[in-house]
Amino acid sequence: MWRIIHQFGSPPWVYRFCDRVIPWLLPLTAVALIVGSAWGLLFAPTDYKQGDSYRIIYIHVPAAVVSLAGYYIMAFAGLVSLVWRIKLADLAMRAAAPIGAAFTAVALITGAIWGKPTWGAWWVWDARVTSMLILFFLYVGVIALFEAYDNKTIAARACAILSLVGTVNIPIIYKSVDWWYSLHQPASIKFTGSSAIDASMLYPLLGMIVAFYALFALLMMLNLKQSLTSEYAQSNWLIKRITT
Amino acid sequence: MTDQSGIDTLQYLSGQTARHVRLQLASPSEIVNPLLFFLLVVILFPLGLGPDPERLALMAPGILWVVALLANLMICMRLFVDDFEDGSLEQLAMASTPLALSVIPQLLAAWMTGGLVLSLAAPLFGMMLGLPVSAVPVLVASLLMGTAIMLLLGAVGAALTVGVRRGGILLALLILPLYIPVLIAGTRALDEALHSGDPVVALAFLGAGVTGGLLLAPLAIAAGLRVSLEL
Repeated sequence: MWRIIHQFGSPPWVYRFCDRVIPWLLPLTAVALIVGSAWGLLFAPTDYKQGDSYRIIYIHVPAAVVSLAGYYIMAFAGLVSLVWRIKLADLAMRAAAPIGAAFTAVALITGAIWGKPTWGAWWVWDARVTSMLILFFLYVGVIALFEAYDNKTIAARACAILSLVGTVNIPIIYKSVDWWYSLHQPASIKFTGSSAIDASMLYPLLGMIVAFYALFALLMMLNLKQSLTSEYAQSNWLIKRITT
Repeated sequence: MTDQSGIDTLQYLSGQTARHVRLQLASPSEIVNPLLFFLLVVILFPLGLGPDPERLALMAPGILWVVALLANLMICMRLFVDDFEDGSLEQLAMASTPLALSVIPQLLAAWMTGGLVLSLAAPLFGMMLGLPVSAVPVLVASLLMGTAIMLLLGAVGAALTVGVRRGGILLALLILPLYIPVLIAGTRALDEALHSGDPVVALAFLGAGVTGGLLLAPLAIAAGLRVSLEL
């Protein structure tokens, strides 16, 4: 058990691990994305109320789910890097931030596209929409703080502290935004309360969520490999690995 | 509680707080500038929205809170800059007193010359926007607690950005998302007071924020300062 954990702190081991996993993960992600979207976009039944426009849910919801998970992954990597000073955790945190921000942006943009036919407006001050926007700014803050420092080891520690502060605040922000929304609830908007989603619609959605998690992991690994390459460009193990 | 040098912790805290307050009072512009900013921005709203008193009264809670939030951001931007530049922050970090404890006097002093003054001046600006007198106690109470939370959160951001060139905009980007719950609770308390509701829930939320912030924020501030000092 401890050996596995120690291995994740070793750059050569992780590099090799990424090299070994990516050839499997890449086709797996591609197949899951293609099957999931084909199932969701072509074969799942049409919604009786929203028609075909609801199908954007198969991009929107997985992106939203993964973007929130991405913040916690980033904060956890930050915690590990603060406590144990493991360089790889720094790199993982640095890798997670832009990917998470991109997923959040996808969730926001697809939400706006979905909102137009459903709510009649591109942007609505809905509690969840607002929370996602705030999450996006939390990601952007971490990225901007990282870019502001010249010394990247220091930058990673600063970002770790910031993402931990953000983690404490995310539940509070979410609760307060819910509270705010219930106070100012506008009467003109009725969000279709799809409390029970039918299995024929749910399974492709679950498939897409898995596919998006796989995509997140794949992007993380590619990013990690790239930053390992630039970080350890002078190291023997990397030179040996690339030249042989 | 006494440490090895025999100085009482409370004595240390009060002495340091008094010192920081005296330092603040030595440059009154640091106290007056956020107030002037508050006043000037509040004046901009009637000019932008029109002088209709009913509409202004309706928007007063939001305007007052947002402007107080921005004035507080100004205070946070200056928070550790002088001590960082003249090296006293480094001395403080290397002293035997834990940094998480020794930043508290500075925060306390900054609140007394910043948030406290803003909160006490706010009723005046509220009157200018047509806020009823009955809502004034809630306005002051919500701002007293809200400015304390915002100072604590802002100090975390200030600690992380004090070593960065042109850290001001960055600070705003880092901490404005974290201010959202405070803004919501503060305006909610005022809205409840205006519409003869019960502002206690929102005020209790702010009180919880102050206690939680006092417990956790000094740890994050100390860690952030150590990062900025590269210790």
